[in-house]
Amino acid sequence: MRIAVVLRQVPDLVEPLEVAASGDALDFEQASFLLNESDDHALEQAILLKEAVGATVIVVALDFGDVDNTLYTAAAKGADRIIKIPWDEDRPPSTSSLAAMLASVIKTLEADLVLVGCQAHHELDGSLAPELAAGLGLPYVGVIRGVQPTEDAQRVRAFKEFPGAVMAQMNVRLPAVLGILAATQAPRYVPVSRIRAAAKSTKFDEQAVAAAESESLLKVCSLSPPQALQHAEMLDGSEEAVAGRIVDILMEKGLLK
Amino acid sequence: MVEQQAVKSEAKKSSTLLEQLISAPDGESVLGCMQCGLCSGSCPLGYAMEFPPRKIVLEARSGNIDRLVSSPSVWMCVGCYTCALRCPRGIDLTDTVWPALRDRALQMGIQPPVELRVAFQNLYLYGNMLGLSPRKRLDWAKDLDVTVRDLSKEPQPVEVLWLVGCYPSYYPRNQVVTRAFARLLTAMGVRWGVLGKEEKSLGDCDRLFGEEGLFEMLVESNNKLFQQYQFEKLVLLDPHSFRALQKFYPRYGVNVPAQHYTMFLADRIEQLRALLTKPVNATVTYHDNCCVGRRCGSYEPPRALLQAIPGVKLVEMRRNREDALCCGGGGGGMWLDGHITQNGGHRLSDERVKEAAETGADILAVSCPFELSRFEDSVKLANLEGKLLVRDIIELLAESMDLNERGAA
Repeated sequence: MRIAVVLRQVPDLVEPLEVAASGDALDFEQASFLLNESDDHALEQAILLKEAVGATVIVVALDFGDVDNTLYTAAAKGADRIIKIPWDEDRPPSTSSLAAMLASVIKTLEADLVLVGCQAHHELDGSLAPELAAGLGLPYVGVIRGVQPTEDAQRVRAFKEFPGAVMAQMNVRLPAVLGILAATQAPRYVPVSRIRAAAKSTKFDEQAVAAAESESLLKVCSLSPPQALQHAEMLDGSEEAVAGRIVDILMEKGLLK
Repeated sequence: MVEQQAVKSEAKKSSTLLEQLISAPDGESVLGCMQCGLCSGSCPLGYAMEFPPRKIVLEARSGNIDRLVSSPSVWMCVGCYTCALRCPRGIDLTDTVWPALRDRALQMGIQPPVELRVAFQNLYLYGNMLGLSPRKRLDWAKDLDVTVRDLSKEPQPVEVLWLVGCYPSYYPRNQVVTRAFARLLTAMGVRWGVLGKEEKSLGDCDRLFGEEGLFEMLVESNNKLFQQYQFEKLVLLDPHSFRALQKFYPRYGVNVPAQHYTMFLADRIEQLRALLTKPVNATVTYHDNCCVGRRCGSYEPPRALLQAIPGVKLVEMRRNREDALCCGGGGGGMWLDGHITQNGGHRLSDERVKEAAETGADILAVSCPFELSRFEDSVKLANLEGKLLVRDIIELLAESMDLNERGAA
């Protein structure tokens, strides 16, 4: 089995985000980046499948947002090949442009399975995974919470949770694109010594791709940080006084009569 | 020097656990183990371990370590150094055997408990185990009424480069102590500075937890920082970091004079005494932290500081100095309470506050950033609220110097 995994760097919300001088985008120069959480799960799922049935795991990533350490970590976890798409712009491409760029690379890989995180918090104009599936002309199932191999090498078993804790189990014919919400297990921790060793031994396969012309349907007019309009009310005083105030609030809100 | 160590680290991955132990600095002493079991008997969590220290050495010798590395015991040591102190053969179990075992487990793909995994990841990404922004390292100093020299912005020679530490920089309860120490240093006329957003953890907890690569990465990063600035000595609030600088950084060729704050202040006690004017009328008992106490044998400086405060009556817990019970937070223990209790252990801090209360003390004095939150939580669990206060020695000194912020005393 050949598995392609897409990894994206997203702005790290641990740092305060700043708006660029243009007013219509984040200031990516000031941001720090980390691997998109559901992409991390997609990688973990690929490694788990590799461990279960033997597979070649090929990571594909745009060279944006200090991606190298993330790629070395992927290599340390067990990725067999790393493809990096050069990108010199100071902001990432739109989702549809990225999907087109990734599709042009992944088409050449003859992958049986393409795993992509089903969401990323910086996606403004739609999710990457279904757009990538469309670009590849492959079927797509999204919001997957675990993938298992089957006895039929042409199929995998994918699990998807619906409201009401209903879990669907689907046998997906390959090739296909799966949008991963969570892997069968939490992404593994890999010791830093292995990442450092991978940094010395891993060679990236750089594949330049012409930026796609596809234009986003979304136009950002302006961006501003959220403003706090009110704060939580802290109740002070004795237990009786606080309890009395809580009852008053519930009655004011119409929750108690 | 770091390169040499890195080469050595790579080489040992293919060896057995016993070979790995022997190749570590001081590791050959493991061969002298006579299986007397003093280590296991004195370990405060040994009763809950499937593999207490004696059995770990036994299994390492047998060469059959699959069961050993997958046991919850691997992640139950809290780095108190009692086993190392008690060993009649002088085997440094805490600094040698446990880290080697954990390193082996990590290299074999064994996953540490999830809280610890997250803490490691945070340290790798942000330089602190709390997972907070490096840009917020100096938030404790906002609106402070003394000048904070941030050397990362204005490099200048200082007498003391104060490595503030992670909990003291970020954790709100500890920030009260941090601000008090800034006022105290200033009141003593010390010319001090901090590294601001450039500061990173020194990595001692990670070394003890077998994350050797992460520790090496931090040593390299911190060494570069130390070389950028001019200072006479480092002063630290965190005893674990002090210990790492004293014993492990030199192995990478990093030699910097460093003192834990209790040592630094005790060296200036006469100058300090003149500033301690306001009585703190309280009976105080002191908890010896494991790194400054049992590991480094420095028991008197903290006591000298407390006794210099007018009004303080110092009383001892039944287990004190080298016999002191660990708070359970060292060596990564701050992130392992859940794992330890799930596997039959208990929070050592819960036991320790009861010992403190038995003395009749009003205040449990500490000198380690982990201990404030651990003991204050335990005071609540033991129904000792209103009976036993937990205070860092710095807070008591600052109170006597009338330097505490309003409401912090």
